[in-house]
Amino acid sequence: MKKTFAGVLAAALLMTGACSSSDDSDSGTTATKPGEKVELTYWTWAPNMDKVVEGWNTAHPDIHVTVNKQDGGDPAVTKLLTAIKAGSGAPDVMQAEYQKVPTLVSANALADISKEAGSLKAKFPESAWNAVTLGGEALYGVPQDSGPMLFYYRTDVFTKLGLEAPKTWDDYAAAARKIHTANKKQYLGTFSANDPGWFAGLSQQAGASWWGINGDTWSVAINDANTQKVATYWGGLVQEGVVDNKPMYTPEWNAALNDGTQVGWLSSVWGPGVLEGNAASTKGKWKAALLPQWDAAAPANGNWGGSATSVTTQSKHKEQAAQFIAWLNTDPAGIKALAGTANVYPASVDSAAALTEPPAFLSNQPDFYTIAAEAAKITKPFTYGPNVNVAYSAYNDAFGKAAASKKSADFPAALTTMQTTTVDDMKNTGFKVAG
Amino acid sequence: MRRGESRAAHSSRKVSAVTALPTETRTPRTATRRGRRAGAPYSFLAPALILFVAFFAAPIGYAAYLSLRRVKVSGLGLGAGARTEVWAGMSNYARSLTDPDFLPSVYRIGAYGLIVVPTMLGLALLMALLLDAGRTRVGTFSRTAIFLPYAVPAVVGSLLWGFLYLPRVSPFTDVVQLFGVEPPDVLTGSWVLWAVANIAVWGGTGFNMIVIYTALRAIPTDLFEAARLDGATDKQIAWRIKIPIVLPSLIMTFVFSLIATLQVFAEPMTLKPLSNTISSTWTPLMKVYRDAFVRNDIYSAAATSVVIAVATFAVSFGFLKLVGNRAFNQED
Repeated sequence: MKKTFAGVLAAALLMTGACSSSDDSDSGTTATKPGEKVELTYWTWAPNMDKVVEGWNTAHPDIHVTVNKQDGGDPAVTKLLTAIKAGSGAPDVMQAEYQKVPTLVSANALADISKEAGSLKAKFPESAWNAVTLGGEALYGVPQDSGPMLFYYRTDVFTKLGLEAPKTWDDYAAAARKIHTANKKQYLGTFSANDPGWFAGLSQQAGASWWGINGDTWSVAINDANTQKVATYWGGLVQEGVVDNKPMYTPEWNAALNDGTQVGWLSSVWGPGVLEGNAASTKGKWKAALLPQWDAAAPANGNWGGSATSVTTQSKHKEQAAQFIAWLNTDPAGIKALAGTANVYPASVDSAAALTEPPAFLSNQPDFYTIAAEAAKITKPFTYGPNVNVAYSAYNDAFGKAAASKKSADFPAALTTMQTTTVDDMKNTGFKVAG
Repeated sequence: MRRGESRAAHSSRKVSAVTALPTETRTPRTATRRGRRAGAPYSFLAPALILFVAFFAAPIGYAAYLSLRRVKVSGLGLGAGARTEVWAGMSNYARSLTDPDFLPSVYRIGAYGLIVVPTMLGLALLMALLLDAGRTRVGTFSRTAIFLPYAVPAVVGSLLWGFLYLPRVSPFTDVVQLFGVEPPDVLTGSWVLWAVANIAVWGGTGFNMIVIYTALRAIPTDLFEAARLDGATDKQIAWRIKIPIVLPSLIMTFVFSLIATLQVFAEPMTLKPLSNTISSTWTPLMKVYRDAFVRNDIYSAAATSVVIAVATFAVSFGFLKLVGNRAFNQED
């Protein structure tokens, strides 16, 4: 009787063992026999990517790529990290947002493809290339798309009030006041505590770089003077009540864009697609401009969004995967499909050739992509750290409280909370952090 | 899982009774044969045991193991081999319990439970009594209508309510404005707790009502006849006969509600993107989710999960111990 029980116990222990012992994944590239077809999977959330990949599959019968559509950047990363931990289940190729690259590299999820794709450096702007190398020798992906920030505004409302697209942040504040005074229900924008990437982009424009690498030590500068300036500015506007304090991407915000209550949006190059979905009835009334500036003499910009295409450490076909990635992001056919079919803004410096027509929603603005190219060119460098997720969730909570309180003093205080939470987490995990 | 367990326990009792009989009636046999015989119950039990171990005990054991581990990073922590898993002792527990966000989230669900549990069970009991009294002509319809929200997944229900809560998209806004009143934004400030509690009450009343109603229907009608002959009114029958008899059901629904309160997650999680007030650690389970899937710290999440599991266990069994003996003795 005892023996049987011991057997059951042993079986149970074996099972527990089976669940836990598979941390080491083999990243060896298996040699493929000539003529053998290689199957690759690609996790991405960009729309119509399956159609983009069809172009590759037709031209390359020996390397077949299957697109596995993901819900978005965050869920895809969670799934990938789980697969890496489990030892199997990761795709060969993975779309990864720039801010997630250090996290993924830190979890040993992304393969170094400097040997296979290092030669593509000249095809990308310095800031995008920096995001996939983290400033070192290794290469953790190839830039796919970028998201230079742009300011969208309702031309009809601006004309009626005699306003022009704000050149500086002072102009923006003045316009926000004028609009809200003229109509108590209207706002030029909202401070969204739900969108850390948006706030990071605005801080990037002001000259911040929240993380940095110095030798083998990380530095964290979320609470630096540049970001403080941005936080204080928004705290002032929220307290004054001339911008809204509700988060973006809620049914309410969608309705506000559509019914003309939100008459401006600090967004990114992909903004028109969102506006088309949320504010279809306002088509033809919007225009894009460069972000308002802190110093009009030295224009700068930030990024909101953008991602790289990476090879995972579980891929057995690193070389073929790198070939596909190079095609997707640097081949004229790939870039054209990315821009035209997947509707992303390709990161490649050659993207201008593929972007001649403005997005359908802004067909009234033929020079849209000229402005976007200018915005991309003046984008400041920004380094992401290995725990962006921690900093971003601290942003949600701390700035959520600040936005709800509507007190300007709470905004820089929220920034301090973000900085402390981020540094504490890194120290606790064992990262070498300066300061 | 709870249901599965009790079924397994039940079948084990049956199996041992069946196998015990022949061994007693027959003449003694050799030791080896008896040994093989003694193993028989376990081979009958094996399917249930294997399932139990694989899908219940092992994951729990694994979570407990993870809660004692942590990741240690060296230097920049980039690339292969930069992360190693090491023993953490009780440090994850210490961190989880001293986290400044943890206790407020516990107090919050305490307040939430004080709102939800009495309201929900009170409504459920009232509706069950009304339906049972046969006063409602449209009994089946009302029963289905009250039960229906329970069939709506919590996430869908929360989204529905979320739309109703947001002033700009809510149809209530138009109605209230007819009377010249501006509707409050219930997703801000202290309103939020009530907004979330309301969804739980809406979704949970039906289930509890059905449980109590079923118990009411099982009461022999001669009890009521006797009471009526003694001149008892409907109200007296409800207070003196019905409620005392369905007390075990009330206790059971109370324990279920208590557990649901400790584990509230879907409703606030779904409303979170709509509100500045709901933080990512609004309830203890949301903190577990944030640690595991936002911060990628499954170790600290495992520790908090173990704490929540132990607390749930202690609270529900403590309560059953307190009132259970009295209540369930009546059932037998």
